[in-house]
Amino acid sequence: MQIDITVNGTAESHDVEARTLLVYYLRDAVGLKGTNVGCDTTSCGACTVLLNGESVKSCTVLAAQVAGEEVTTIEGLALEDGRMHPVQQAFQECHGLQCGYCTPGMVMAITSLLAENPDPTEEYIRLGLEGNLCRCTGYHNIVAAALAASQALEMRQ
Amino acid sequence: MSILGNRVLRREDPKFLTVGGTYVADLALPGSVHVTFVRSSMAHARIVSVDSTYAQAMPGVLAVYTNDDLGLPKFPTIMGMTNEAMTPPMLASGTVRYVGEPIAAIVAESREIAEDALEQVVVEYEPLKVVIDPVKARTDEDLLFPDAGTNTSFSLDFGGDETLFDDCEVVVELTLANQRVAPCPLEVRSAAAHMSEDGRLEFNSSTQAPHGVRDALATFLDLEPDQVHVVTPDVGGGFGAKGAVYPEDIVVGWCAQKLGRPVRWTETRSESMLGLGHGRAQVQHVRIGGTREGAVLAYRIEVLQDTGAYAGFGAVLPFMTRMMTSGPYKIPRAECASYSVVTNSTPTTAYRGAGRPEATAAIERIMDLFAREIDMDPAELRRRNLIEKDDFPYTTPVDTVYDVGDYHRALDLALEVAGYDDLRAEQVRRRTAGDVRQLGIGLSCYVEITNGLPDGEFGAVEVRPDGKVIVRTGTSPHGQGHVTAWSMLVAEQLGVAIEDIEVIHGDTDVVPRGAGTMGSRSLQVGGAAVNQAAVDVVEKAKDLAADLFEADRDDIVLDKANGRFHVVGTPALSRSWAELAEAAAKDGTALFAEVDLASPGPTYPFGTHISVVEVDTETGKVNVLRHIAVDDAGRIISPLLAEGQVHGGIAQGVAQALLEEVVYDLDGNPLTSTLADYSFISAAELPSYETRFTETPTPVNALGAKGIGESGTIGSTPAVHNAVCDAVAHLGVRHIDMPTTPVRVWSAINDAVTGHGTAKGGR
Repeated sequence: MQIDITVNGTAESHDVEARTLLVYYLRDAVGLKGTNVGCDTTSCGACTVLLNGESVKSCTVLAAQVAGEEVTTIEGLALEDGRMHPVQQAFQECHGLQCGYCTPGMVMAITSLLAENPDPTEEYIRLGLEGNLCRCTGYHNIVAAALAASQALEMRQ
Repeated sequence: MSILGNRVLRREDPKFLTVGGTYVADLALPGSVHVTFVRSSMAHARIVSVDSTYAQAMPGVLAVYTNDDLGLPKFPTIMGMTNEAMTPPMLASGTVRYVGEPIAAIVAESREIAEDALEQVVVEYEPLKVVIDPVKARTDEDLLFPDAGTNTSFSLDFGGDETLFDDCEVVVELTLANQRVAPCPLEVRSAAAHMSEDGRLEFNSSTQAPHGVRDALATFLDLEPDQVHVVTPDVGGGFGAKGAVYPEDIVVGWCAQKLGRPVRWTETRSESMLGLGHGRAQVQHVRIGGTREGAVLAYRIEVLQDTGAYAGFGAVLPFMTRMMTSGPYKIPRAECASYSVVTNSTPTTAYRGAGRPEATAAIERIMDLFAREIDMDPAELRRRNLIEKDDFPYTTPVDTVYDVGDYHRALDLALEVAGYDDLRAEQVRRRTAGDVRQLGIGLSCYVEITNGLPDGEFGAVEVRPDGKVIVRTGTSPHGQGHVTAWSMLVAEQLGVAIEDIEVIHGDTDVVPRGAGTMGSRSLQVGGAAVNQAAVDVVEKAKDLAADLFEADRDDIVLDKANGRFHVVGTPALSRSWAELAEAAAKDGTALFAEVDLASPGPTYPFGTHISVVEVDTETGKVNVLRHIAVDDAGRIISPLLAEGQVHGGIAQGVAQALLEEVVYDLDGNPLTSTLADYSFISAAELPSYETRFTETPTPVNALGAKGIGESGTIGSTPAVHNAVCDAVAHLGVRHIDMPTTPVRVWSAINDAVTGHGTAKGGR
């Protein structure tokens, strides 16, 4: 079936199987490989993207469900002038990534979390990230990056 | 000023953060077909038949292969040490021995078709008796390999000194489980293969050891190593479990050869939970003895290692456990014996720490019980028995030679950072008040072995006429940050900007040799090789400069601040690296040095971790309040990366103490085969960590560095485990086996206060 989705601001239209999950629509039809698949039970959050600005696990959304809507992936997060988004920047400055596999999902989840609560506590961040798993960082620097990004975003406003 | 020891941000990051890494599944491979594996649903059974008629008839299915079709040999033993009858076949041959064992490979035009076809292959089984408990396996009552006549795959049958504890006033014993856990790199196993136009096998692998994959493919597929080209793109974590080559990798290569089509395979997470090797899986019996004044005199550990269904690397893990028998303590007499047995479960393998966390967990737990028995503070008992800094090099009773250390310094610093005395006072307060939430304080003093395997490493540095520096390394990072760290080492020697350095790894055509990244070896061998190549290239550049300046070779100076060479005393007349590389090119050579560094030998990082937990005595729920880690890995080249390694290690260590366990039922059915069932630790269960480094440089290698990749895991688990047991010790609980889940903690408390014997928790 033909499915139209706006991905990172670009109108996409692709003929895919009805059972196609959003993550495979993004990876295989659109060709954006930044969004990763880490499990098959909606547990790990590696595939997290923004749907109309809010985080969703794209392995648990059918592409057909979000036809006509707007999706943002890691490739679409950088600022218009090409600089990294404050969350991306904070991840580098705080060493919030190692192997990088969970990173796109983490960055998108935190972007959504900070949109929801611009001034979160550490505990709020930790509970908010419960559905995003990382095996490398022990979460310490991811949480630090989220806190740093919240400050950077606040200063920008 | 040196760049080493400074907080340099990772050069790897911008790509990961803006477009994501390029993992095997991300690689474009036009026209590729997909492999899936039919896996056993039985833990132990004879295969009566495999009927793939329906699957083969499905549109889009190219082939279904069983082990007979492959005609490939079995895997070899591990260094000739493991039982020859117990090595795995490529695909199950006649008998299946664990749930998840690959039985047949399906090749289809798309992943979806291949997955649909899985359901059309009918395997008929004749069930055999399942052996899942390693204690039962050791009795040889039911055998996995009847031809072998035993379930024991490997043993270190040492010790048995009847007099070991004769002069001890106090002897304490414990049987404890070091449970089976799943490594869980976020990226599962994946491979892609095709034949190049000139007939070579092109192979992409998510591995820690690309050259090992190359050599294994060549051996099994009867090719010369130079007919195989392995490229490792970004790898989404490994933790030891991607250090070995798996049957699936070989089958993917075989299919590419056989079909002449590009072939790819990416397992699902649920397959990975059964197919990727598991870690730990020991049952330990430990005995410690000493005086009432707290002098430990004797220690014995007997290890029962669960090998899983076939004898792979998991079988020889006790070798490392044995090396670290007596931990950081000066114990006059210590023994270790081990027996590795096969069971009907996923084969075990190296997992972050690989044999050393198990050694530390055993001795640190029994040290706490010994302290309790003689009514001494556990920190004081440790202080009285730690090896003194003047004792190094120190030879342990099992003949391991520790290089250097200052164990007391790490302990003292950890106690200071923790505010130990105040914590103990708060604990007393809560105990006296009978608070629902009791405080537990756990210590772990550890020493471990890094770079324990004998491999050397390749490193090369080339300066090009455009001023770019090309570094090639045989290590194979999968998150460790070698591009940044090796750039720092080369920048330090050459006096160039790290932005001008390119680090190449993971391509067996460009990097001729390499042992890969495992066992916390990379910096001290691979980094040291790159460092040596950089030193050598500076020497070559001085030769060239001497010619150009027509000066004495010994008068040439490298001004590292500017990356330029001049004759001593005349800095105004200088040549850049680019100019010297240009001069070399004109001579028809290159400004280049390569090194095959022999391993300088193992090193022994150490430290003390302290965990502070709160246990809800009504629910058994444990909450980690603080985790203090003092680690000493010798000289720290990159504090940013070293700290990151410690953080990740702590989380995995806490996970083992509190949450994670691979569970089988008595029929060998896995109960934790998805991430919905397996308690993979999340941010919500962890605090931020308080990390410190002490730096005691090792004399073993030129960098003075020890490995830091696994220390966090090794140090943290016993600290948390001891903290949980400590929190409820006053209620009469002696021991709770890991993972200390709410139900276990609650049951232990309940048993203790109702007098239903000592809490088992396990055995």
